[in-house]
Amino acid sequence: MKKIKIPIGPQHPALKEPISLRITVEGEVIKDADVRLGYNHRGIEKLAESRTYVQNIYLMERICGICSHSHTTCFVQGVESLCGLEVPKRGLFIRMLVCELERIHSHYLWLGVAAHEAGFDSLFMYTWRDREVVMDLLEIISGNRVHYAINTIGGVRRDLSEVQKEKILEGIQFLKKRMEYYTNLGTTEPSFVARVSGVGILPKEKAMSLCAVGPTLRASGIASDIRKDDPYAAYDEIPFSVCTATSCDVLGRVVVRIKETMESIKIVEYLVKNLPSGEIKVRAPRKVKEGEAVSRYEAPRGENIHYIKSNGTDKPERVKVRAPTLANYPATIEMLKSGFIADIPLIFAAIDPCICCAERFVEVIDTKNENTQVLTMAEIKKRYSKSQGLKKGSSVWPL
Amino acid sequence: MIERLIKWSRLKSPWILHLNTGACNACDIEIVDALTPRFDVERFGILLKASPRHADVIVCTGPVTRQMKDRIIRIYEQTPDPKFVIAVGACAMSGCVYRGAYNVIGGVDQVIPVDIYVPGCPPRPDAIIDGVVKLLQKLESSK
Repeated sequence: MKKIKIPIGPQHPALKEPISLRITVEGEVIKDADVRLGYNHRGIEKLAESRTYVQNIYLMERICGICSHSHTTCFVQGVESLCGLEVPKRGLFIRMLVCELERIHSHYLWLGVAAHEAGFDSLFMYTWRDREVVMDLLEIISGNRVHYAINTIGGVRRDLSEVQKEKILEGIQFLKKRMEYYTNLGTTEPSFVARVSGVGILPKEKAMSLCAVGPTLRASGIASDIRKDDPYAAYDEIPFSVCTATSCDVLGRVVVRIKETMESIKIVEYLVKNLPSGEIKVRAPRKVKEGEAVSRYEAPRGENIHYIKSNGTDKPERVKVRAPTLANYPATIEMLKSGFIADIPLIFAAIDPCICCAERFVEVIDTKNENTQVLTMAEIKKRYSKSQGLKKGSSVWPL
Repeated sequence: MIERLIKWSRLKSPWILHLNTGACNACDIEIVDALTPRFDVERFGILLKASPRHADVIVCTGPVTRQMKDRIIRIYEQTPDPKFVIAVGACAMSGCVYRGAYNVIGGVDQVIPVDIYVPGCPPRPDAIIDGVVKLLQKLESSK
């Protein structure tokens, strides 16, 4: 049968964010997929070099609106290790509390989106209604629904009162009850299970070799979680288990995320009940000592890495962000292969793509002499036109 | 008579297209929030559409990136007349924290005409709904 290429995106009904996919199909079956990035690239890493560390916290927060706390925590941890600051216990607990609430909010959101892509819109509306409870809790703690701005270098900016603690416990009880209902629904509702099971298979070995991260990796039966493997903040003293599934498909990813939400709810309960007393932050120096730091963090979507190089001034010399979605792209292409066209949105949604997180700059490494080069957009266009034999002025990516 | 009928039907059910021009997802989830049960703009007849050809109102989020510039213009041209643009969030208004970044042009108004600005980083769903209602009032008073 003849192979046909279908362009999807950047603005497409199935996609919530601008990304372009080129799918090669043979009849209904996907043979190959190509991901084109850069529509959401804003140049945050470069911008970070011209701002002070405190200003950068607010910039890092705006890498992504869903996992905003992940990026700030990851950045702040790196800076703290550079300065050699010891964050007070209470500060760490509040930081982890917001982190787990964010995970709950992100997984609720994802469950809704996945249900929507599977054609189960009532579940989408249900989960988003219940998600408002988490949003309220986050608003109670931080004063904002999405960008919490709770982190600062050396601790957190807001303390928790007794009333807030009670409110959190109350809200968490409600979320727990609802999640139990969804666990039951998501794993037993025959039409939903039929839609998601066996779709987007990612075998264990492939998941390993393609460096998948987060729930995508855990759904392929590998128990890897930065909170357990390389504990940051105070995760080493909190009891929780890493959730996995062995079915390696979208159903597995649903199960992993539902289980993880239940774990997060337990962690939040533990954190609120065992909140130590004392200070919430220490004073941080304006200038950071010269050095390099790598900080790892388990975001709702997987492992988040920040690299910070400091040159002794109040501005970083280099900040590099490796967001979890970027690590999951190779695995997504593997999952798409031999699937059907109708499965594309579902498979793509199953990695919980956060495109704005993953848009970093282009660095070309010559494999022959290991020269590294940063290319401008114009240069990339020029090279691409040359390699494709395009005429001057013709569209580079014809759509 | 027919014009009045068209205006009436337009006021009662504006269909919106959500266009992410390089946003950080925060405004986007707040827009989806506005469509889901707690805020539920569907009770006003506002419906989220996936194709620009079905839409009356384009809801833009985020600063305009160089990659998206041509696509935004194309989507704007694909939307049938009369069309309206709402810029949601500080980024869509002026560029917010990304101002000065090499790949960011600025607010959405640098590329296409904007009718309503909704400030906030991100604006609450209530604010977004308020923006849509203000647009409808503007429509109502216009001929």
